[in-house]
Amino acid sequence: MILEHLPILQVAIPLVLAPLCLLLRNSRLAWVIALVGSLWAFACAVLLLTRVLNNGPLEYALGGWEAPWGIALRIDLTGCFILLLTGLIASLVIFWAKQSVENEIRRDQINLFYCMYLLCLTGILGIIATGDAFNVFVFLEISSLSSYTMIAMGRDRRALTSSFHYLVMGTIGATFILIAIGMLYMMTGTLNMADLAERLPPLRDTTTVRAAFAFLTVGLSLKVALLPLHQWLPDAYTFAPSAVSAFLAGTSTKVALYVLLRFFFTVFGVDFVFTDLRLDVILLPLSILAIFVASIIAVFQEDVKRMLAYSSLAQIGYMTLGIALVNTSGLTATLVHMFNHALIKGGLFMAIGGLCLRIGSTRFAVLKGVGRAMPWTMGAIVVGGCGLIGVPLTAGFVSKWYLVIAAIENGAWVVVVAIVLASLIAVVYVWRTVETLYFNDAEQDTSLKEAPLAMLIPTWLMVILVVWAGIDTGMTVGIAERAALALIGNSP
Amino acid sequence: MNWILHYNYWVVIFLMMTGLYLVFARANLIRKVIGLNIFQTSVFILFISAGAVRQASAPILSESITSYANPLPHALILTAIVVGVATMALALALIVRIHEAYGAIDDDLIHRQNGES
Repeated sequence: MILEHLPILQVAIPLVLAPLCLLLRNSRLAWVIALVGSLWAFACAVLLLTRVLNNGPLEYALGGWEAPWGIALRIDLTGCFILLLTGLIASLVIFWAKQSVENEIRRDQINLFYCMYLLCLTGILGIIATGDAFNVFVFLEISSLSSYTMIAMGRDRRALTSSFHYLVMGTIGATFILIAIGMLYMMTGTLNMADLAERLPPLRDTTTVRAAFAFLTVGLSLKVALLPLHQWLPDAYTFAPSAVSAFLAGTSTKVALYVLLRFFFTVFGVDFVFTDLRLDVILLPLSILAIFVASIIAVFQEDVKRMLAYSSLAQIGYMTLGIALVNTSGLTATLVHMFNHALIKGGLFMAIGGLCLRIGSTRFAVLKGVGRAMPWTMGAIVVGGCGLIGVPLTAGFVSKWYLVIAAIENGAWVVVVAIVLASLIAVVYVWRTVETLYFNDAEQDTSLKEAPLAMLIPTWLMVILVVWAGIDTGMTVGIAERAALALIGNSP
Repeated sequence: MNWILHYNYWVVIFLMMTGLYLVFARANLIRKVIGLNIFQTSVFILFISAGAVRQASAPILSESITSYANPLPHALILTAIVVGVATMALALALIVRIHEAYGAIDDDLIHRQNGES
């Protein structure tokens, strides 16, 4: 039955489709192929989610080789949740991307772009599905290498340098992860995550395991772009083509965070990470610092994409804050915010991509007053912005609500105050965007048209999802709560 | 004299630090890439030397061989080397494009041009 092989097929189909884009040399056809690949990923995620919700985590032995010898795939509820998120964002972005890509990427490179998009998707899906530590590294590099390529396709020549710097930082991060995996293998003789979780507890006091943990945490934090390791992100998001910004903002950092969660909670275990090593003592201040510093920097940006990139850093701070609070509500908040923020940022980058298509720049100085000529795009930006702030009835409110509950459960009132204050800073930069785009007088002649319908529909689908996830929390919070319980409960 | 027996790890640490230093201290992009390469290579040595067994032969199936080195790290590192080569190729390709766009491959010069534009 084909359904049994779904865990690997969802990774394999985009991988097989990617070289097709390369061979066919037709940009329109390549777009269709990429759309098929993304929709396939989304459909698989939905199927897998229903199966995992009913029957519990899925195990799959690759090629029929059982776990200690072969590579095992393991998809649990958290994995399904992130798969769904990735599939959703990938499909909506690719549906939206056609005109934006034609406008922003050289004609002869368009099919290459879609090839890279599918490879990046493959890597991300693979990271989520695998149950093997070394496989995580391989898929991580597949997705990273293709993202460097996609970022370098930006029109501005600074895209090249930002891609290069991302490559250097990303490779250092990936190599750190490789060192950690090597050390874990030396100590335990296994690469399978479930076996690692079994064999690590007796070894938890050795320096090698602790060093492995340190390398892994730093390496993954580089990929997550946690505050002191974030320098690659703002440039990369600013100069990348709009479609790439929307896709990466919604998926790549989230997936790195998922790997971090997975290693913390199902491989090393809560006891080791948060009782023995007290990681929360470092992670909590860093998260709060990330929220404040990045939000404040966002207020002073001259480019709307750059502002959104810094705001992403702040939102990543919220997500790690949920981990640092080490309770079920905190983890729920982290998972929900991963989902919600991907929708919000994806929607915002798509709306900004619409502006970029019509105006050709994303600098505030050029964007004065253009919102009046593009009311639908403007509307999407306003709703997305409300989501960023965390206005009730939007998705952002739900995740912040759970974060506040988690902080109150721990009695961490400082954190509660910090969350509220940081939301006020978000009000400042969102309002600045709205003011520039709508209330400032337009300087240029108004022959400006609304963004094309093919772009508005996916943007608004995303925005509607933002509102829907803010009103009907059954889907997101329901799954996230169960996933968080499983993560904390599963710990050895 | 236990630490001398672990000379392979000292080599790894030395190469790792050399590589990282080059990446951060050099402004020339090519030198950065060389540093990155040395850094990655150090990890390859870490894996392979961890798989070695003293007085053992290569992992070849034969009746005369009873003790052999662990082949798995070699297999892993083959994959990692491929990843490393791909990274290097992409980095060098980017440097070519950067040179076309800026006429320079020095970080400071590129920064200066970025500041002007």
